[in-house]
Amino acid sequence: MIHQGRGFACINYPIGMNLGGDPSQALVHSTPDGKFMVTLSSIDLGQGVKSVMRQVAAESLGVPVSDVYVDTADSDTGPHDMGSFASRGTHRMGNAVIRAAAEARFQMMEAAADELEVNASDLMTDGKGNIHVKGSPSRSITVQETAQLAQFRQGRTLSGRGIFLVPYSPVDAETGEMTPVSSFAHAALIVDLTVDDETGEVEVTQINSAYEVGRALNPRLVEQQLIGGAWMGVSHALYETTEPYYPDRAHGPEDFNHYLMPGPGDTPPHHISILERPAPDAPFGGKGPGEMCANPVLPAIANAVYNAVGVRCDTLPITPEKVLRGIRDNGGARPQGRPG
Amino acid sequence: MATTTTKTPVTFTLNGAEAATFVDPGANLLEVLRRNLGDLSPKYGCGQGTCGTCTVMINGQPRLSCLTLAETVEGSHVETTAGLAHGPDLHALQQAFIDGFAAQCGFCTPGMLMSAKALLDRNPNPTREEVVDAISGNLCRCTGYEPIVEAILTAARAPRRSAGRSV
Amino acid sequence: MSQTINHVEYRKDLFADERDDTLAEIGQPTVRQDILGHVTGRSPYYDDHLFEGLLHIRCVRSPHHHARVRSVDSAAAEQMPGVVRIIRAADVPVNMNTLLSLIDFGRDDEPLLAADKVAYVGQPIIAIVATSVRAAEDAAAAVRVDYEVLPHVLDVEEALVPGAPVVNETYPNNSFDYHDRYDHQKLRFGDVEAAFARADHIVEGTYQMSPIEQAPMETCGAIAAHETNDRIVCYTGTQALFFSLGVTAKQLDMPSSRLHFIGGTVGGGFGGKVDSHHEPLAVLGAILTGRPVKYQWDRAEEMQVGAPRGGERWRIKDGITSDGRIIARTFTGFFDAGAFTRLSSYAVQKATGHLPGPYTIPNVASNVFCVYTNRTPSTAMRGFGITACDFAIECHMDKVAEAVGMDPIEVRILNAYRDGDMKAHRRAAKNCALIESCQVVAAKAGWRLSPDALAASSMAGGGVGWRGEIPETLSDTAGQIGQRSRDGHGTDPFAGAQDRVRVAAGQIDPQATSALGNAPQDTEMEAEVDRLGFKTSASTDTPPSQRPVGPAPSPQPVPPPSSGQKYLGGLPSGAPLGPSDQWQRAAPPQSGPSLPLAARPNPEQPTQQPAQPGASQSPAPPAAAAAPPQATPPSDNEPFQRGVRRPGVSPFLRGRRR
Repeated sequence: MIHQGRGFACINYPIGMNLGGDPSQALVHSTPDGKFMVTLSSIDLGQGVKSVMRQVAAESLGVPVSDVYVDTADSDTGPHDMGSFASRGTHRMGNAVIRAAAEARFQMMEAAADELEVNASDLMTDGKGNIHVKGSPSRSITVQETAQLAQFRQGRTLSGRGIFLVPYSPVDAETGEMTPVSSFAHAALIVDLTVDDETGEVEVTQINSAYEVGRALNPRLVEQQLIGGAWMGVSHALYETTEPYYPDRAHGPEDFNHYLMPGPGDTPPHHISILERPAPDAPFGGKGPGEMCANPVLPAIANAVYNAVGVRCDTLPITPEKVLRGIRDNGGARPQGRPG
Repeated sequence: MATTTTKTPVTFTLNGAEAATFVDPGANLLEVLRRNLGDLSPKYGCGQGTCGTCTVMINGQPRLSCLTLAETVEGSHVETTAGLAHGPDLHALQQAFIDGFAAQCGFCTPGMLMSAKALLDRNPNPTREEVVDAISGNLCRCTGYEPIVEAILTAARAPRRSAGRSV
Repeated sequence: MSQTINHVEYRKDLFADERDDTLAEIGQPTVRQDILGHVTGRSPYYDDHLFEGLLHIRCVRSPHHHARVRSVDSAAAEQMPGVVRIIRAADVPVNMNTLLSLIDFGRDDEPLLAADKVAYVGQPIIAIVATSVRAAEDAAAAVRVDYEVLPHVLDVEEALVPGAPVVNETYPNNSFDYHDRYDHQKLRFGDVEAAFARADHIVEGTYQMSPIEQAPMETCGAIAAHETNDRIVCYTGTQALFFSLGVTAKQLDMPSSRLHFIGGTVGGGFGGKVDSHHEPLAVLGAILTGRPVKYQWDRAEEMQVGAPRGGERWRIKDGITSDGRIIARTFTGFFDAGAFTRLSSYAVQKATGHLPGPYTIPNVASNVFCVYTNRTPSTAMRGFGITACDFAIECHMDKVAEAVGMDPIEVRILNAYRDGDMKAHRRAAKNCALIESCQVVAAKAGWRLSPDALAASSMAGGGVGWRGEIPETLSDTAGQIGQRSRDGHGTDPFAGAQDRVRVAAGQIDPQATSALGNAPQDTEMEAEVDRLGFKTSASTDTPPSQRPVGPAPSPQPVPPPSSGQKYLGGLPSGAPLGPSDQWQRAAPPQSGPSLPLAARPNPEQPTQQPAQPGASQSPAPPAAAAAPPQATPPSDNEPFQRGVRRPGVSPFLRGRRR
């Protein structure tokens, strides 16, 4: 018999790491015709750090994103960065890029002010490649011309350096007192699934979720993380392990025929709501969504399985074997009734 | 066994152009495409035939190049993602993957595109189920698959020759 | 997209008064910078760099969980066709390393190649460098190793029992040493034993995370080749370029200036590409052979030799009052590091800082262990240190709900942390949004909540009374290094404790509510604050004159509510609830982006303490707040600091107006 189940979980997730100090550096410089190169040592694993840093730099410089290119990671040109992990990339490197871009912008505005014979404080960028006097758009100069004049007439470099460091916070031996993180991302998630009490098979039929990400710096990249991350959460909950009978080391998979993950035909509908409560110290308020998105799925599935058949699976993954053993131990399926 | 093995000449068509090379006995097509011919678009993901990142098309059929003996493609038409765009014009599938944010790390993308192209070449109007079936041998660890399925369906609905952007 | 099965909506209505949504590039769905390379197959992953005469590495690996290596006979392998070089432990200039030694955390405990002992199945002993993968594999199979098999231990709790086999001689008690004092990391907040004694329900559970393979589609690896000027270039799939460079420089005892590391385009990582084992071996191979060398795992190695997410075990015990309030929670956590530390020692501390989850619980204690077992060392994976912990906490929360007969979401909202609440690691919470996330998902899934739960807010009621205070705390000195493996006793908090140590109650350090970034080193690196995307209208900020003036801790800690008392959002029983109440609207000092943009904070009136109920009920709703009388608009070009003296605001957030 097929039983319906519904389960809930909610989580928060720390952004950044606390270990020995957590720095990132960035450099920005302009080409002679007013395009901007950003050099870093961040790693793009697919999360899109190149793309996000490009947008952060463009926004901070006040120029179009098409005029910015991010070059990473070459240790000869990109300054030091701890790496891409601990949901630190957007936060740490984003802040470093903002600073590097701020310095480059400062120089750019000074260069433009020289040419327009006004104070730099009276100038603004239009985000389309022009710099003009506030309230008087006709008194303007292009970023391209500014860069050319800066380089060939003023002898000024439109470049910037940025470092963002979260210093190490010692951990107290007796109480665990520490300052571990900068901010938290949040998620709450409801899973609907079915459990077959004859085979023990669990099929996730629908996911509803709310993810709070600070600010979606690029909404499509955030959606990539949330959809892909929730898929991974389902996979972790129901399929994946390198040691199926942990702590026994036997039966370890060595290929994808034995290391199981859901395929393209196994993805449930996922209805996502994105909340944005900007974090004060984060770049434009954005928190890293990439790691936390999988976390609530695991317990929500476990809770839904209990709701469906009354079996608590406190050991992952929730395999048909464990579900069936649980049902047998209970003397049959014990549906708990639809919550809410 | 020995370092001085007898190499076999193999000639085939790679993305419309003649390709000729000498291969070691037992060499697989993936290795030959990448090392001998410099086509780096098919990727090594497992070497076991279980992940699909090395997928290429041989005479119109999607094939795992890591399990294909290079000698067996003599005289065949081999297509890879490196040849998918026509000059500056992207294939509709490529444009749909861009617009649909259907790639993250991008490592599975060339193999996905080959499986998808093989499907659309033989079935220009596939159903969702047919798309799912066509890429079920291609693993993706990043996207959760759905954006890829969507992109392939979008490409199927696009005009045959995409205006595309310059490569 | 009628066929799409995913649906995404943006709740721009929530927290709208904290965001400026008029940015030009931020918030745009700009296509990925790297996407054209991805769809044309031109993105340069580490393996996409071709070299003439490339050599390949395969390792001889231990077939045993635990064994002494008596002798290695590689004479036959050396004569095999294609073999160019055999690398042994003695060829590695600095064979012992631990990843976090670069930031001075832990002792070197892991050899690049095993010398005299192996501690897990798959541990490398010898590296064969050959002209092809096949030749290297054949030669590896021809190496004869004489092993003396040793007893092994695979379970984390068995590893802590007296007499257990010693997995890792650097840590002979099978547990990482914390603070040169304890075999675990402690967290102590309040008095859990007293709270358990007065709880109406006790709920206990044990939860087990499975080891999981990161399984990036691109396997781990690196290619090293000689560059000009006696430098070595290394193309790598690392997630941490300078970790890998630093480890290589250290283990090969060479200046980092001789190394040129290139990466940044990686075929998935998920945490599995931080361990930096491929780079030193590939670079060493290039140095020893004078030729380009690739060390790339095949998929089987990736799955069984590659470090997985560790198998964490968590025990939770909750004390709950019958109204659903959790008044005490203890954890015992075991991180299965496998044979060597890698990053597990840090994950223990990261998890400790995460406890007790996103809930405000007045009494919390935990003991978390980094345990060595005879299995593949574990390492980071997506959610590192948190995923298993959250699985445990959230499964447990459902058991709590069942024990008190409450709705699972309602019990979470009731206990949820809010702005200004004191967390167990002794920092105030800010920027919370758990409650809103719960409310949004419940509404869209048709899960009905009570009016009380729907009226709750992360921005209201937090930090009030006991919620904002550090309680007097009971700790202990049990679990000193070596004590457990000698005498044996329990691992739970206070188990085996001969003593109880009282730690005085405290107050919030206003500068230490969250990790703060450094200030820009130069004023020209300061961003213009009104371009950073935070709402800049004065109406978003409670005027200083109307902010509660601190310090205002309660003279006596307000005890947690007694059984039966309805206690939502820090409101004492009987206080009005619902949207009409000012509590629901008045922002406490820590809420929001904390950007007093129209008004510089008055340094004479730092709002250092959470509001007392009496103080907070007077402010007008933020929307109606007028500009403070003493506020003067900053003049152009005048550098200013915003929020620096206010809780939760980074000194990074300062800048100049232009």
